[in-house]
Amino acid sequence: MIRDHFRIMVANLTTGKTSILDRPGRNEYLGGSGLAAMLFEEFGHMDRDWDDPEQPVIFAIGPLTGYFPLMSKTCCSFRSPYHNQYTESYAGGKSALSLRFADLDALVIVGKAKRLTALCVGSRRVETRDVEYMRGFDALQTGRVLRKMFPGSGRRSILRIGPAAENLSAYACINVDTYRHFGRMGGGTAMGVKNLKAICILGDRGFALPEGKAYSKLYKDIFKQLTTTEMMAKYHGLGTAVNINPLNELKSLPWKNMQQTSSPEADNISGERFADDTLLRNAACAGCPVGCIHVGFVREQFQTNNQYLYRQVGYDYEPIFACGGMLEVTDTGEVLRILDVIEKEGLDNMSSGVAMAWATEALEKGVISEKETVVKLTWGDTESYMQAVEYISRPPNDFYKLLAQGTLKCAEVYGGKDYACVLGQEMAGYATGEVFFVSEALGFRHAHLDAGGYSWDQKHEDKDVKAALDFLIDDARDRIVLNCMVGCLFSRGVYNDDLLAEALESVGYTGLKGKMPEIGKRVQKMRWRLRLGMGYDPNKVKIPKRYSEVTTWKGPIDMDYMDALRTGYAARIMDLGAPIEDDE
Amino acid sequence: MKVLRAARMERCIGCHSCSLACARQVHKSLSWNKAGIRISSAGGLSTGFEARICLACNPAPCAEACPTGALFQRKGGGVIQKKKLCIRCGECAAACPVDAIFLDHQVNPYVCIHCGQCVEFCPHDCLEMVELTSQTDGEGGSDD
Ligand code: SF4
Ligand code: SF4
Ligand code: SF4
Repeated sequence: MIRDHFRIMVANLTTGKTSILDRPGRNEYLGGSGLAAMLFEEFGHMDRDWDDPEQPVIFAIGPLTGYFPLMSKTCCSFRSPYHNQYTESYAGGKSALSLRFADLDALVIVGKAKRLTALCVGSRRVETRDVEYMRGFDALQTGRVLRKMFPGSGRRSILRIGPAAENLSAYACINVDTYRHFGRMGGGTAMGVKNLKAICILGDRGFALPEGKAYSKLYKDIFKQLTTTEMMAKYHGLGTAVNINPLNELKSLPWKNMQQTSSPEADNISGERFADDTLLRNAACAGCPVGCIHVGFVREQFQTNNQYLYRQVGYDYEPIFACGGMLEVTDTGEVLRILDVIEKEGLDNMSSGVAMAWATEALEKGVISEKETVVKLTWGDTESYMQAVEYISRPPNDFYKLLAQGTLKCAEVYGGKDYACVLGQEMAGYATGEVFFVSEALGFRHAHLDAGGYSWDQKHEDKDVKAALDFLIDDARDRIVLNCMVGCLFSRGVYNDDLLAEALESVGYTGLKGKMPEIGKRVQKMRWRLRLGMGYDPNKVKIPKRYSEVTTWKGPIDMDYMDALRTGYAARIMDLGAPIEDDE
Repeated sequence: MKVLRAARMERCIGCHSCSLACARQVHKSLSWNKAGIRISSAGGLSTGFEARICLACNPAPCAEACPTGALFQRKGGGVIQKKKLCIRCGECAAACPVDAIFLDHQVNPYVCIHCGQCVEFCPHDCLEMVELTSQTDGEGGSDD
């Protein structure tokens, strides 16, 4: 344990001043998700919109970050430009260990810089630099310049935004180090609206460890468990892309704007195919021996006479579903080329792919014309999609301006709401059935990782509303505990509550045994209170018609079941997020 | 005498498990710097990784540069460290041709003592202990 309280840096971009604060609350909130929510209560404004300069962007790590393997993620929280409510996003890379070794449990950024700015923080350093000249730089180029600006290779983290976030797209991401992202809900734009192009975090100090062998021994045990289990072999081997084939077989792979839930073509963009054709190497977040990051490469001839260039692009299940299957792009290299443009523009790849899938169908149906789309969006046509990504990032007309704010917002104006694949935000790649649809549509982050609704669908044919809702709430709470530790969710099979308590104990955080469910529940309620307080009404969430038209392995969607889940889940959320009376 | 070689760095995934293990087990620190091995990307985003690590010189320029004998020649190659004798002048780090010695902000030197404890924490088998016969060329065998 470094200290029993939280150490927080608050950087104010308006004044250029930085302060260091101490806050209690370790035993109540652990860190990460809980700490971020606690800090949002202190620094955030319920009564001001997301783009108010005083709204904070918060990065928080957990008590075991750096101390144990896979404690390698950072929680970023902010008021989202997507729905103007409280949200969170997670990323790894070197961000978490860099914050740890910068001796910060959290970094809070408030205010707005006059000109485009880069912020550099470390254990003995705070510096802002005017980088107005970088306006419009893509995320990769920005990374290259930043690395020269703030030396420290290997032991620093570089967070930056691309043009999409400068242009305030509601789903622009924050690119982190090598192909990691705070992807969803527009974290990039929360930075962009502050004129903050980049943050460099220098992990430049170390800490004494507890005396005795207990800690080292436990580390070794956990390391072994994490590097030998089957589960890890999966993430390390083919990576999450392994899911393409099984989901396709289960008729749960959204395909062609979810006109289909499977396709004979899916095998051409399967994890196996990606590995065979494109896999260059694996990479890892700092502190993670699993190394789930898969980097593919694609070679392109740019001139006759054998002149080639190559691109290296990270891939995972989600981007393949969104920019492969949903667009019916069925060649691994072509998928990577689309993802490469998205990476550079700094957009969320799921939202971008799903938005383009909707636009393609809308164009096909004549709801919009080429006057709006500028390029002729056609299923499987990579070039048109690469162009459209740039238009979303740098809108040439009102149509793309709206599309960059979200598919449903665009469909509300132009028509075609019925087939907008939006569940709170552009959907994640699981057409598994009623429980997942409701879980993502209403869930806190509208992320498939909020709760395992997708796996419930795959395992349960019965339609027990209460059991499914109990599962969603409890599973979300368990995940929140790991989100407070900011451990990678892939490690959730190993880090159960008892092991977490033991690990905490080994580095000096005592008294947490048996407390995890309580803490999870506390943070779960707190996050919902924040979100409901900013105007969220889960009762008003509509699930677009397309979701009632699909067929999964269980057959057609059961609308009554889905409706019961939806109203039931909304009631539970209202309950969880009710104003505090005397439950604490 | 065995020495540590980062023989297969083309396999490295940049997890820092090796550095964290050295800091934890050898230097009793939570750090990715206070370690005999340190990982950096070989050139940013899309290239591989490289390891900063002691080559086990014989004679060792760092030991020769050390004015107090805090670093002295290890039989076969590399150095042995006596922290008590160190006056934190930083001469060793300046003398090392491959920047293998890390100086913290108080100018404490951290260098590999070739104990081999990091090897088992590398998930991709990048590291190995090799027997030094005479002056080797610094390359470990690669089995891939
Ligand atoms: S620390 Fe540097 S100079 Fe000293 S023995 Fe190792 S490689 Fe040679
Ligand atoms: S061999 Fe020992 S001293 Fe050298 S890097 Fe590995 S753990 Fe550290
Ligand atoms: S443990 Fe192995 S894979 Fe991980 S950083 Fe060290 S050398 Fe690379």
